[in-house]
Amino acid sequence: MAHDHHDHDDDHHDNELDPMTARVRALETILAGKGLIDPAAIDAIVDVYENKVGPRNGAQVVAEAWSNPEFADWLKRDATAAIASLGFTGRQGEHMHAVFNTAETHNLVVCTLCSCYPWSVLGLPPVWYKSPPYRSRAVIDPRGVLAEFGMTLPGDTKIRVWDSTAELRYLVVPMRPAGAEGLSKNQLADLVTRDSMIGTGLPKAPAP
Amino acid sequence: MNGPHDVGGDMAFGPINPEPNEPFFHADWEKRALGLVITAGAMGAWNIDESRRTRESLHPAVYYGSSYYEIWIRGLELLLQRHGFVTANDLKAGLPVDPAATPKRVMKAADAAPAMARGGPCNRPITAPPKFRAGERVRARNMHPQHHTRLPRYARGKLGVVEAVHDGYVLPDTNAHGKGENPERLYTIAFDGRELWGEDGDPTLTVSIDAWESYLEPA
Repeated sequence: MAHDHHDHDDDHHDNELDPMTARVRALETILAGKGLIDPAAIDAIVDVYENKVGPRNGAQVVAEAWSNPEFADWLKRDATAAIASLGFTGRQGEHMHAVFNTAETHNLVVCTLCSCYPWSVLGLPPVWYKSPPYRSRAVIDPRGVLAEFGMTLPGDTKIRVWDSTAELRYLVVPMRPAGAEGLSKNQLADLVTRDSMIGTGLPKAPAP
Repeated sequence: MNGPHDVGGDMAFGPINPEPNEPFFHADWEKRALGLVITAGAMGAWNIDESRRTRESLHPAVYYGSSYYEIWIRGLELLLQRHGFVTANDLKAGLPVDPAATPKRVMKAADAAPAMARGGPCNRPITAPPKFRAGERVRARNMHPQHHTRLPRYARGKLGVVEAVHDGYVLPDTNAHGKGENPERLYTIAFDGRELWGEDGDPTLTVSIDAWESYLEPA
């Protein structure tokens, strides 16, 4: 892991920076110096994706779908509007589709061509999602991929892989786990993991 | 373009290695890279399709040897040079040396969060009726254009079924090259795993892609 040990404004140590830190800092210096970008806008964007937008958004969508059949139906028909009603909109979530796991079919989302991912509900994608091992194998060997995530599906479960080749963004709605009756929406949301909304995992089991 | 990005079905990349409790960023430079790509994009000189086209044009050895944020930064350097905002002199010096083209806009800090919450829809009204209907069998065209396209190689020439008929969407094939949005109808096409991968393919597998109308022909 390439940790940057230098404070961001610590410019006199530039010649000790790792190559990517130096390269990106140079580019920011050039663009800011020309008045083309505002470094404070970068700070604001990082704040959004580090602190505000993340998989807890998607977990709330799933918890709502688990506890409200009308919402689940709306999510099935018009995911963008249903998700927006909970306050989650924006970049890389403009055209949402929700795909529901059933006892017969398990859904898995990938972008073989780049890194398309529903930012508005899941935040920024993990490194593995953007990297060739996952992108290459999800469409040809999904059971092998799931095994690497510690998941084994019954042999007769149908696997549906959604390759995000356009601007539609997919959110997997996992099945509500057994024993979750009587839980509040917040308690339900706590069971929903990021990976369960990509299809590389299942929700957590409720505490007995 | 048959570039290094089109990896569906490749096998030599090794294990996935998911990282438990992975942070959103692994280094401070990744944060700056994300923000640079977005704020530079907000200048309005290029679109997301041109960004993808540019990343895909990296040499395969560079593409596969780079982390995703590194691919983004290498692509951004090329975009900035193509559009006259940055020169090789600037990059060599690591400082602003040469004059720059005038951007359409500069994103201010106060605009950033609202812009992220707004996003940028790319569906477009089109009047032509859909050429294909849900449930119809179609073939993904066997095409290998020099230009950017979003039809993955593993689906080309394969028979599938129209599962959903969507709105018109900006066509990446032209939009990536500054040749206009040319919106076309978009479809979700489902392929049987064995149609894609042969007799040894997983019999329980169905893979779908989202394909523009010109990627498809009647079966």
